[in-house]
Amino acid sequence: MNPPQPQSEERTATQGGEPLANGPAGAAILSAGVGCSVLGILAVAGDASKAVAKLLTFYLPTGPLSGVSSLAILLWLVTWFILARRWRTKTVAIAKINATAFLLLALGILLTFPPFADFLQGK
Amino acid sequence: MEITLRALITLIHGMLFGAFFLMAIYGLVVELFRSAYVGQPSNLSSKVYSLERFYLICTVGLGWAAVLTGAYIIYPWYRAVPPAGVTDLALYPRFLLKSSATTAAWHDLGMEWKEHIAWIAPIAMTMVAYILTKGRLSLRTHPQVRTAVLVFALVALGAAGVAGFFGAMLNKYAPINGGTTIHLKGKSQ
Repeated sequence: MNPPQPQSEERTATQGGEPLANGPAGAAILSAGVGCSVLGILAVAGDASKAVAKLLTFYLPTGPLSGVSSLAILLWLVTWFILARRWRTKTVAIAKINATAFLLLALGILLTFPPFADFLQGK
Repeated sequence: MEITLRALITLIHGMLFGAFFLMAIYGLVVELFRSAYVGQPSNLSSKVYSLERFYLICTVGLGWAAVLTGAYIIYPWYRAVPPAGVTDLALYPRFLLKSSATTAAWHDLGMEWKEHIAWIAPIAMTMVAYILTKGRLSLRTHPQVRTAVLVFALVALGAAGVAGFFGAMLNKYAPINGGTTIHLKGKSQ
């Protein structure tokens, strides 16, 4: 049995001499941003409209939070799956992806903050 | 010494899943900062990489366990509606908080924020763990990926911190109680 080989970040940064594609990482980053923003958008929508809140009530004891979280997770995972398939072997513009993901993340955080959500609804 | 079943589950949610999740993210953030400024790349054995992967999987698992137990077990107890005529609101924490102007904001700001922002932490940490286990190798050659990982890990730390802080304060002013009483030590009533 061969002893475990030491791994270094330098060695594994390449695969067969070719740099690893950053597409899978880009897909994970962007989809996480999408998931967070969807969470914030649905949270505000559920708070603003009783009809939407009712639609988002997937599990009665938990109320609209069940739909908000389930749909955000679903959209995050679907986005991740689609992007990961499309970008599996590609090198993507990671700076743009980061900027977009940070923007979506900031939007998600802001929309979950009750005083900001109330301000948007004119409360 | 006794504890109710609901209080015990709330304890597991907050002190086991939530607190360990928070500590694990903090450890990861420190390690990410350290590795960002280290001169030489680490030369680690495959066993250490396996341990690192285990740590990351446990971290993500704790995060999801915290939000899922919170949303689907504890939150329904928190938001339970008291039957008409009930004046003792001890078993209805949301209504107990909202019954007084001095505590209403713990619900209006605390719970309203906590119940949503908490989900951002495991989403962010799942992404971070994925990149660190599957694609960690590109971090040195792709510093922008490292930046994204660090930002999302910091946001997860903040989100988990907000959820943890308000969780503790909400349980202080309107503790989750009820269910079977579990006798731990001494004489039971």
